[in-house]
Amino acid sequence: MKKMSDKVIFKERFKIKGGDFINGGDASIRIGDILKEVGIDPDIILRITIAAYEAEMNVVIYAHRGTMDFCITTDKVLIKVEDEGCGIEDIELAMKEGYSTASEEIREMGFGAGMGLPNIKDNADVFHISSQIGKGTELDIHVDLPDKK
Amino acid sequence: MRLKEIVKFLNCQQCSWDAAVDPDRYGDIDIEFVHASDLMSDVLRSARRGALLLTGQTNNQTIRTAKIAGISAIIFVRGKTPAASTFELAQQYQIPILASELSMFDACGILYANGIKGVPCKKPTGNSES
Repeated sequence: MKKMSDKVIFKERFKIKGGDFINGGDASIRIGDILKEVGIDPDIILRITIAAYEAEMNVVIYAHRGTMDFCITTDKVLIKVEDEGCGIEDIELAMKEGYSTASEEIREMGFGAGMGLPNIKDNADVFHISSQIGKGTELDIHVDLPDKK
Repeated sequence: MRLKEIVKFLNCQQCSWDAAVDPDRYGDIDIEFVHASDLMSDVLRSARRGALLLTGQTNNQTIRTAKIAGISAIIFVRGKTPAASTFELAQQYQIPILASELSMFDACGILYANGIKGVPCKKPTGNSES
């Protein structure tokens, strides 16, 4: 049953810079800290931060820049990531585990194994992805929060 | 198993601690499961809070992945030592980092023989091409 009102508790926008491997991931770690302060269950925080970090690192690895909108409501956490970049040619293929277009350099850092998008999907209750070639990619991630009382 | 016992088994050197992450405190961290991987994507795929990470990756993203995946401590294998920036980041996130001269294989073998288990792998989502 849907609750009568799904009120926004917290909202923040983070900017993500493409190619910034020094600070890449900071926004997701901040999100984890905020969720901890709010008192969300650690196992749910784990799912949210993993999804956020995978999405954030995708912007760092593949795009020029992007934003991550983070919102906590009374019954879920919403994360929207929008980037300006080359976009994804074949989303169905990109969603396949093991498929990746990452460079050798990225792989040497321990990323680009083609597991990011499937992992976001697995950790989310709702996941939407859309992309425009030459423009960018948009991800919507929702994770439900259990009733507190 | 306590982290201080693991430190002894793997003959670890301490890479870092500050006043807040003193060895007496982190030595008592209880480790049940271990990730042994140079692939951070794999650690994120099968994340389990409180696990130990054995890795040869010493860059900043290893520390961030550890923070995100709820890793309680990191041991760098093959005698690798992190750069100063990696070290600082680990201190900032209060994640103890240690180093062992052992290879990944030997480190894993020793821990396994002493009852530590690997983090269970999540199965592929089923849409992979194999």
